[in-house]
Amino acid sequence: MSQPVLDVQGLSVNFRTSHGVVNAVEDLSFQIGEGETVAIVGESGSGKSTAALALLRLIPDPPGKIVSGSVRLDGTELLTLSESEIRHIRGFKIAMIFQDPMMALNPVYTIERQIGEVLQLHLGMSRRERLLEAIELLRLVGVPAPEERVQQYPHNLSGGMRQRVMIAMALACRPRLLIADEPTTALDVTVQAQVLDLIQGLKDKFGMAVMLITHDLGIVAETADRVVVMYTGRKVEEGSVTEIFDDLRHPYTRGLLGAAKWEEGDGDMLREIPGTVPSPFDMPTGCSFQPRCPLAEARCLSDRPGLETFAPGREVRCFIAGEARS
Amino acid sequence: MRKATGVFILRRMLQLIPVVIAIAALNFLLLHMTPGDAADILAGQMGHATVEFTQQLRQEFGLDRPLYEQFAIYLGKLLTFDLGMSHIQQTPVIELILGRLPATLILMVAAITISVVLGVILGVSAARRQGTITDNLISVTALIVYATPAFWLGLMLIVLFSIILDILPSGGMMQVGAGLTGIDHVLDVARHLILPATTLGLFYVAIYTRLMRASMLEVYGLDFIVTARAKGLSEGQIAWTHAMRNALLPVITLAGVQIGHLLGGSILIETVFGWPGLGRLVFDALLQRDLNLLLGILFISSVVVILANLVVDLLYGLLDPRIVHK
Ligand SMILES: Nc1ncnc2c1ncn2[C@@H]1O[C@H](COP(=O)(O)OP(=O)(O)OP(=O)(O)O)[C@@H](O)[C@H]1O
Ligand SMILES: [Mg+2]
Repeated sequence: MSQPVLDVQGLSVNFRTSHGVVNAVEDLSFQIGEGETVAIVGESGSGKSTAALALLRLIPDPPGKIVSGSVRLDGTELLTLSESEIRHIRGFKIAMIFQDPMMALNPVYTIERQIGEVLQLHLGMSRRERLLEAIELLRLVGVPAPEERVQQYPHNLSGGMRQRVMIAMALACRPRLLIADEPTTALDVTVQAQVLDLIQGLKDKFGMAVMLITHDLGIVAETADRVVVMYTGRKVEEGSVTEIFDDLRHPYTRGLLGAAKWEEGDGDMLREIPGTVPSPFDMPTGCSFQPRCPLAEARCLSDRPGLETFAPGREVRCFIAGEARS
Repeated sequence: MRKATGVFILRRMLQLIPVVIAIAALNFLLLHMTPGDAADILAGQMGHATVEFTQQLRQEFGLDRPLYEQFAIYLGKLLTFDLGMSHIQQTPVIELILGRLPATLILMVAAITISVVLGVILGVSAARRQGTITDNLISVTALIVYATPAFWLGLMLIVLFSIILDILPSGGMMQVGAGLTGIDHVLDVARHLILPATTLGLFYVAIYTRLMRASMLEVYGLDFIVTARAKGLSEGQIAWTHAMRNALLPVITLAGVQIGHLLGGSILIETVFGWPGLGRLVFDALLQRDLNLLLGILFISSVVVILANLVVDLLYGLLDPRIVHK
């Protein structure tokens, strides 16, 4: 395999709160290649957004801190860059779009100003060039009447259009990596598919790597090449989309998939994972999923399972999954 | 967009008409609730207050007509800025007011400018360094100023800057008898303006500092700030553009309130600093029980406050594009 665009190794992020230290992301490793979409899935609080922000070094400090790990973009280590060097990566080499495009755009600036800002900052474009390029970008992401829209404010646009503007802004400098943190959660179902198609199309066009954070396994099935499943800050399973949907190993992934079959002859349909995500201040002993796991055994309660590699890019953190295999 | 702004301005101006009529009505009622009318006073002054003569004067002034007719006449006079005579000073009220209004306006504009500019700068600076020594220093100083009476502060400033340091004049609006013209005249007035404007504005510097700091911290919690960081903007750029522009809105609202307070406050400050504005005129009118003059000042001040609030509203509409479209 050629060098991945993004190579994350052993990334750990802590938050120091008044209640104690939260290990929001722990020893996380994954890679994304050129033109590849990797979906990060997991319940709320599993550390998906924290991991994404850590790549851009945007963890609020205090209370947060990247305590260890390595993040390489096209071979360049990002965690040791100076503050001004990492600013040159943000919005230029790595761009990010967010869940709620209404909140993510500044309500008092025009679209021209908000897209133009990136073009000025990273490409040094003049005012006139910025306007033309902003219109061009809006056209690229399928905003109708871009010459008019570019003069408008976020509140003049629908949710879907705003997310297109966010995407236009993110793609302004043709980044190597696009991080999309639940980009369609706040949108109407009909618009969701359009926005995802747009991201996929642009990814192919520019050969970007895409990190797609989502709750929605339907989206994963349609858009992702590979999947990283996270639980309580840790990766519990990784595999290609086919592997995750047809040959999943971890009981948590199974819970997420809801109706997936675990073993032959096991006919019961699990719609929801029983119980709740444990509080980060009160982590269970052993495997962090054991209190909710239908298959938990004695050793799951006492020992923490390590990540087991079955093949390159195929990993599971579960005692039982490992044995079922070997 | 232009059209929407035009409609917005027009609508705001139309809304002012009933307000001005209401103030006129209040003035009119006050005039009529006081025992004795203009005819009584005039007759008394002329030394022959016979019933017939007073009655004749009443007819002349239209004081015998029904109240609504009198009000209509009164409104008609107001439209031509005929505020009647000051019977004490034997001068048309409007002349007396116009003679003093510019000085007060200069003082008010200077005080507002000082308070908004300083308040915003200090508030943004404190918010950017939340929890640091700079932040605490600014916040504590603001609290102390907030709790200090303006006239005492004024006297202390006089003692410090004109008596001890002898660098600023202690009172008046210009150097008497110097006969300065052009830029020298402007500079001379500016020098005289510093102490009274600072005294008048300082209380609001404290208020704006605290408001701006709180407002900035709130804006820092909004999603578009994360977007701005992810674009690669520096913290300084974010603070003075994206964050400040949004955080300013409550400050602008309060500035509308401040204008009303300033007119009241300027009476005291003009007296302390011997500033030849409306404040002194009010003071004199009160001492001499010059009712017509008082009501005239009341009316004109109200109009000034209303117009100033219109400007504030328009400014708000300019800063927050969402308002114009509501
Ligand atoms: N600023 C912060 N201060 C303290 N704790 C934080 C902060 N941000 C995140 N956390 C904690 O880190 C953990 C992971 O949060 P994160 O937002 O990354 O989860 P997520 O997987 O993105 O969830 P969601 O699906 O709800 O977006 C949570 O336990 C959360 O409480
Ligand atoms: Mg999240």
